[in-house]
Amino acid sequence: MLLTITYEAPDAADLGFLLHKHPDRHQRFPLSVGQAHVFYPVVEAGVCTAALLLEVDPIGLVRGWRGSDAFALGQYVNDRPYVASSLLAVAIKQVFGTALTGRCDARPELAARPLPLRLELAAVPDGGEADLVARLFEPLGWRVEVGRVPLDPARPDWGDAPTVSVALEGEVRLRDALRQLYLLLPVLDGAKHYWVGDDEGDKVLQSGEGWLAAHPERDLILRRSLACQRELVADATARLLDADDASTRATETDADAAPRVPSLARQRAASVLAALADVGAHSVADVGCGEGALLADLVADPRFERIVGTDVSARALERAAERLHLDERGDRARERVQLLHSSVTYVDPRLRGLDAIVLMEVIEHVDSDRLDALEGSVLGDARPASVIVTTPNAEYNALYPALATGARRHPDHRFEWTRAEFAAWTDAVAGRRGYRVEHRGVGPVDGALGAPTQLAILRREGTA
Amino acid sequence: MSDDAIRELGIPELSLVLLVGVSGSGKSSFARRAFGPYETLSSDYFRGLVADDESDQSATPAAFEALRAVASQRLKAGRLTVVDATNVRPDDRREWVRFAREHDVLPVAIVLDVPAGVAIARNAERADRSIPAAVVRRQAEAMRRSVRGLAREGFRRVHVLTDADQIAAVGIRRERLLTDARDETGPFDVIGDVHGCRGELESLLTELGWSIERDALGRAVDARHPEGRRAVFVGDLVDRGPDVPGVLRLVMGMVRSGAALSVQGNHEDKLARALEGKKVSTGHGLAETLAQLAGEPPEFRDEVAAFARGLLSHYVLDGGRLVVAHAGLPERYQGRASGRVRAFALYGDTTGETDEYGLPVRYPWAEDYRGAATVVYGHTPTVDPEWINRTICIDTGCVFGGRLTAVRYPERELVSVPAERVWCEPARPLAPATDATPATAPSTAQRRADAPTIDDVLGKRIVETAVLGPVTVREDAAAGALEVMSRWAIDPRWLVYLPPTMSPTNTAKRADVLEHPDEAFAFYREGGVLDVVGQEKHMGSRAIAVLARDAARFGVSGDRRGALYTRTGRPFLPAHEERAFLDRMHAAVDAIGLWDELGTSWIVLDGEALPWSLKAEDIIRDQYAAVGAAAGLALPRSVAALEAAAARGIDVSALLAATRERTDDAIRYADVVRRFGAPVPADGIRFAPFQLIAAEGGLLVERPHAWHLGVAERLAAAAPDLVRTTRSIDVRVDDPGSVEAGVAWWERLTANGAEGMVVKPAAGLVRRGRSIAQPGLKVRGREYLRLIYGPDYTRPDAIARLRDRGLGRKRGLAAREYALGLEAARRFAEGEPLWRVHEAVFGVLGLESEPVDPRL
Repeated sequence: MLLTITYEAPDAADLGFLLHKHPDRHQRFPLSVGQAHVFYPVVEAGVCTAALLLEVDPIGLVRGWRGSDAFALGQYVNDRPYVASSLLAVAIKQVFGTALTGRCDARPELAARPLPLRLELAAVPDGGEADLVARLFEPLGWRVEVGRVPLDPARPDWGDAPTVSVALEGEVRLRDALRQLYLLLPVLDGAKHYWVGDDEGDKVLQSGEGWLAAHPERDLILRRSLACQRELVADATARLLDADDASTRATETDADAAPRVPSLARQRAASVLAALADVGAHSVADVGCGEGALLADLVADPRFERIVGTDVSARALERAAERLHLDERGDRARERVQLLHSSVTYVDPRLRGLDAIVLMEVIEHVDSDRLDALEGSVLGDARPASVIVTTPNAEYNALYPALATGARRHPDHRFEWTRAEFAAWTDAVAGRRGYRVEHRGVGPVDGALGAPTQLAILRREGTA
Repeated sequence: MSDDAIRELGIPELSLVLLVGVSGSGKSSFARRAFGPYETLSSDYFRGLVADDESDQSATPAAFEALRAVASQRLKAGRLTVVDATNVRPDDRREWVRFAREHDVLPVAIVLDVPAGVAIARNAERADRSIPAAVVRRQAEAMRRSVRGLAREGFRRVHVLTDADQIAAVGIRRERLLTDARDETGPFDVIGDVHGCRGELESLLTELGWSIERDALGRAVDARHPEGRRAVFVGDLVDRGPDVPGVLRLVMGMVRSGAALSVQGNHEDKLARALEGKKVSTGHGLAETLAQLAGEPPEFRDEVAAFARGLLSHYVLDGGRLVVAHAGLPERYQGRASGRVRAFALYGDTTGETDEYGLPVRYPWAEDYRGAATVVYGHTPTVDPEWINRTICIDTGCVFGGRLTAVRYPERELVSVPAERVWCEPARPLAPATDATPATAPSTAQRRADAPTIDDVLGKRIVETAVLGPVTVREDAAAGALEVMSRWAIDPRWLVYLPPTMSPTNTAKRADVLEHPDEAFAFYREGGVLDVVGQEKHMGSRAIAVLARDAARFGVSGDRRGALYTRTGRPFLPAHEERAFLDRMHAAVDAIGLWDELGTSWIVLDGEALPWSLKAEDIIRDQYAAVGAAAGLALPRSVAALEAAAARGIDVSALLAATRERTDDAIRYADVVRRFGAPVPADGIRFAPFQLIAAEGGLLVERPHAWHLGVAERLAAAAPDLVRTTRSIDVRVDDPGSVEAGVAWWERLTANGAEGMVVKPAAGLVRRGRSIAQPGLKVRGREYLRLIYGPDYTRPDAIARLRDRGLGRKRGLAAREYALGLEAARRFAEGEPLWRVHEAVFGVLGLESEPVDPRL
């Protein structure tokens, strides 16, 4: 990967002083991320270009990588050796560390003032977000040129590559230019190659001093810089705002003060709890409990004497156990709540004899030709007195502007049913298995399209 | 009651033996002499275990709890267990009788009734601990008072030893349970509920090849099979039918002569009680039986009473491989003796509910049956007998106008004759066994009886395979597989095989390549596999095609014609495209006459679906092509910058040379991506089958690869637009000329753009004792590997570092996955229950979730 910095001025070779790198030498810097080289392709009257070339060793990268499953780094075949990424950001920090601080004893006045600079990055991943580079750099006073190439000239149907060449021109202090690259290259890249530690927020704030707080893409920058770790993002945002003027803050507070409509997920949980109360359930299984959002509600309600959560993902169950603090609870609480690794497509004798089984947003994750297995295990074998099923109402999708026609709400949804389709399934299943059906809606009801979530209560024949 | 004269004490070989005697009566030394070292559980010893002191009486409750826990494990495992404690009080013993019943074994008491004085003297001699004389006297008194009532307490065998010399000399004789007929190896004709249908019974015996012997009055009194087969009756010989005495005369004769065995049915049980003069209700045909017997002489009635009373609850036959019981028997009760074993065997597991006809609702125990023994039973009339998890109910309701059915064992063939007429109107209509009738418990209506349950797949599993013995699937691996299987895989009924991962050849000795045929040939040469075949490795996606002419063979209703799925069991194509694919494959198989040739209605084909972009278009575009584009942007600019610096006289020559090389590598890489990532042709998928895994009756993998490729060629001739052939070369690995030709073939192949080749033993599956030879080793081409190891992996420093690849783990995994996959297909081909097939397939997926370098 290659970064060139071009400075046009009568004494352009002063760039060497500013970068603390001699223009007539090829200098090498062995770094953790690879081998960095600094050399000057151009040193002429009026113009000087410095180049930072980073040789990344993809094999070393893979072998040195521990812990994450980020696909980009999981393979020897990746774009890391070619594109300007967080690896280049690290190289900038380590190779141009003094320049980043803005210190230059030889030319202090040059370091302190904006200079006419042109930065060129040979290859920058923009993830296919066409205007992302401009959105990030133009607010900072750069003129942005983006060079696009086809992904493969032989495959015009594939369109442009998700990698672009970038040239930035502007009057910017060298210190700021480097700091902006340092912070924004990883934002463009999305994937951080190194562990995001708790002090990452400090690093971001330091590099963003003076320009980040007012940047229109501030939230995006923080979110991506901190690898989407919510607490770090919130913390950094708060500290940024503290350092900033009160007006920004007021806006934020106003937004927060708006009356909050409970999310559809909360409304759904409330509807399921109401349905459980209606059927008088004291023992209940949340089948497909995920990380235990509904379980937490069930645990809080003393009516439920026995609570079972099952999921097909062992990791989800681990998180559910953490969320419910099962480790710290007493024996009685632990006996009351049971987390089981299980699957709706297998018969599980451990689920027999319950008052109710909840299938909240579960059936749409099962291939439609496997629903007979779900039916067999839940209504055929476990046979609780009641089954409560919720699933999206596909008709209502028309009211989600962000959702293209025919698109589904979640990529893993195997289907989303209209009210008629859901009713047909529940009626057929109930008929075969000896249950009676009641349908309800969850969430704001549209006159024509119904509620966003549909809910069915199936009561076993012969039970009250 | 005293056994003074007896030299050997007979006890059932599976029983709970209670030693009864005061402290110092010599129980422990008797036990040491008479039983095995682990069979005796001494309360003293357990007090020591829990309290470091054998005489600490305060530790007694804890000691007994631990003792019971150990005894329970032993009895569950079918091991005789002796409890060495005083057991002098009825309360102590009562608990042990209950304990024995809970474990379905017989309680036995051996009483050491030595004079109190002797015991007291022995106690006094003990250095470690001594029990006061008063305590011993109290024990002796308690024992004396209660010992007479031991049989009433529930002990099925009581031995009392009073003489010290005898205690020191007497031996133990272990007796087989009456139900243990494991040394009877058949072959057997197991016959269903006769219910007094003598005519049909004679017809069925004749149909089965028996010759019937008659008395002077022409009445059937015995039967003999020319091949020495034995009949086993599942009970319910009597009631409801027209000629109960005739049936009994014949069956009793056969049992007497040794030609037959019979277990007791609930109707015999009730008849016995009636004939013993007990008050029983005479419904369900008993009244008619009694009326018919009234016409017989009293000796015959006495004989019937003794016969009916003497019948056993079940038989365990043929080395434990066959169990016959009237209403069936779960594994935990087989070969056991207790009231509930008998109740289950006679009446089944009733839920206590009754159905709309007033008949008991029965718990469908067979659906949960996971035992190794075949269980043949009757009791519940059904229209068509059906094997469910190695069990079969052969009551086909003869007396209700159905059929009388026998199953031939070990052949497992069903033979039946129709009823001559409806002898008795059924309380409820006869229905097929698996139909959703109100008669069966609603809990299992429409559930496939042998569907895998969560218990069949979760937890650490050891799967016994025919080719490799036991294969272990770790608990966390199984957990990982559950998610994949549940969320992505196709219906398990179609998932009868999953392919193994394939290991690369050992890393090449040559410096410029990672993989080379030399190492693959040498590998097999060293393993003694001299004839190998090199097969072109297609650049596509592994795909399994199941073709079925009759979906019912897969337990599926409807007209689905098979399935095409990936190596993790996901559907390969959307449903309508899969249907079109299957139709075309069927047409090809029809055309070459393969069904008849193999005598099958289904086959499983392992192959490669082409092109790669069919499944991988997204990853080719977003991952592989994107890397090429990034390199194309970055490297030429780096070269230009370096050239400019060089022109200024800066010495960047080494970096410039390296960067130019990388630029060339990137161009080669982009070519490889373009070649292997070619778009899907307008008419879609190609399929290159390289092996037929299985067909009806068994595996086909022990046929030579030449046969498999030959079939593929015939299929390709029949469907040239769909089926691709696989080029191959035979290599004799100990012939240098042949090896050289094999290497040259690979070089040409890869130079012309093929991915590489797979070297396999020419004979197919090659067994090595309890192990197998590697089923195949892949040798991938130098250019192709850029897709795996990166565009410039061929640079000397890179390739040197890549040589250390840790192949051993991959090899082991490949062999175990292969064994599991074949095991699944074998089980399916041999008609085993679905859960057995699924267990093995699930294991493949479990092993696949073990961490291995994905580039291998």
